[in-house]
Amino acid sequence: MWKWLHPYAKPERAYQLCHTLLPWFATVAVVSLIIGTVWGLVFAPADYQQGDSFRIIYIHVPSAILSMGAYVAMAIAAAVGMIWQWRTAYMTMIAIAPVGAVMTFIALFTGAAWGKPMWGAWWVWDARLTSELILLFLYLGVMALYAAFDDKLQAGKAAGVMAVVGVVNVPIIHYSVEWWNTLHQGATISKFGKPSIAPEMLWPLLINLLGFAAFVGAISLMRLRNEIVQRELHRPWVADLVANSNARAEKE
Amino acid sequence: MSPYAALLKREMTLAFRQKSELIQPLVFFVLVITLFPLGVGPSPDILQRIGPGVIWVAAILSSLLGMERLFRDDFQHGWLEQLALSDASMTGLLMLKVLSHWLVSFVPLVIISPLLALLLNLTEPMYWALMATLALGTPLVSLVGAIAVGLTVGLNRGGVLLALLLIPLFIPLLIFATSAIESAAMQLPYGPQIAIIAALLLTTLALSPFAINYAVKVSLH
Amino acid sequence: MMRFDSFSEFVAMGGYGFFVWLSFGVTFVVMLLLVVDSFYGQRRVLQKAKQEIERKQRILAARRAAAKESQA
Repeated sequence: MWKWLHPYAKPERAYQLCHTLLPWFATVAVVSLIIGTVWGLVFAPADYQQGDSFRIIYIHVPSAILSMGAYVAMAIAAAVGMIWQWRTAYMTMIAIAPVGAVMTFIALFTGAAWGKPMWGAWWVWDARLTSELILLFLYLGVMALYAAFDDKLQAGKAAGVMAVVGVVNVPIIHYSVEWWNTLHQGATISKFGKPSIAPEMLWPLLINLLGFAAFVGAISLMRLRNEIVQRELHRPWVADLVANSNARAEKE
Repeated sequence: MSPYAALLKREMTLAFRQKSELIQPLVFFVLVITLFPLGVGPSPDILQRIGPGVIWVAAILSSLLGMERLFRDDFQHGWLEQLALSDASMTGLLMLKVLSHWLVSFVPLVIISPLLALLLNLTEPMYWALMATLALGTPLVSLVGAIAVGLTVGLNRGGVLLALLLIPLFIPLLIFATSAIESAAMQLPYGPQIAIIAALLLTTLALSPFAINYAVKVSLH
Repeated sequence: MMRFDSFSEFVAMGGYGFFVWLSFGVTFVVMLLLVVDSFYGQRRVLQKAKQEIERKQRILAARRAAAKESQA
């Protein structure tokens, strides 16, 4: 079953895969982000309680979901690296980390800007805001640890341990903080059977969720590609790559 | 003498020869706690209100100061490589090092906590809850800390990085520990919080040996 | 159908304009910065690869020259 996956452990193949997938992800990201955002801002009805401020939901919820999803993806990449000794898995891990950190920052910032009119304060020590803040620290820890090593293979292994330790802790942190204090409204789209949100409000949210997911995918692919080249500078295939890109630049 | 007993004896001897390194985090702990009454005012009610949190935050911060000592010297002297080459189980030896670190850096802290409880005007039930949370929580700090120290021991500038890696992981512990003490202050049962801390400790005890072993091996290359 | 009668109403967002536009603005600026950084990273990495290859060629050329000299 895993046989088809193995060739992609080789950096060159992984690079080609990134190259093939990137345009698709980028197109989906741009198209859905435009449709979802415009729909959400212009066409979706206003919330009967929160008025137009609820439109922040169209970036807040997708970025919050993706901030956690990206963390899990990062930890899975780290675990794959540890178990099967793939260097490309560590590269994937460190390619995802900054993207996830940016998603976390967006979720925090939009949460604050939504909280100000709704709760009357930019920041409240609400359970989800707090766990999101801690998630940002976890991302920063992984990135800082990776940056601290000169030997990048060792860096990948070390940061991988922290990513896995972090993913074990994320649910504990989340539930402990939730138990500690809760003020945040319940999850909006976790109950798919009977959503607590009107369909005409839900559609743009789902489209934007797809857009954010494709955005995270596209940027991670781009960063993974850079990371691969960076680490494989002395390989012949990189030399061919550079020669090709030079030829293309001269043609233009 | 078995290699484990020999290692434990060596660790203890070394720790008591470097008394300043033993005492400094403890002094730091007391100093941080004395700063709070000066900062927020001497009102006994306020001190009692913030006391549990202050003691636990100070304990976590002072533990970060001494945490590097866990593997740093042995790594620099090549002693960890010797351990890795020995016949005895590396995981077992590392766990013994963590145990001895806990004995020399946290047990004194638990012992002087009655004094600090007096300074912060904690009541007697709060004091017992504080003791229970410290007794169960500090081994957890040592075990999780050992993972991060194992990873950063080869780096020259590990200090701040260690804090960045560890503080987020200690948040659940801080929440449940302070909540137990607050329940005790209100004469409520605090068994559930203690049980959760114990559960966290047991889970960490089961999983961290592998992580510590792997982390040290990454640093040893 | 549109939910707003005029453009100024759209900008006002029922009185929440500042917060809504601040959120959307910061979000897309941050995302754009990430895109720019990743693009810039690609250029930087290719540049580095190019320098590395040129350096290797220079070393090779120098070695060949040295070898010729020692023969002569």
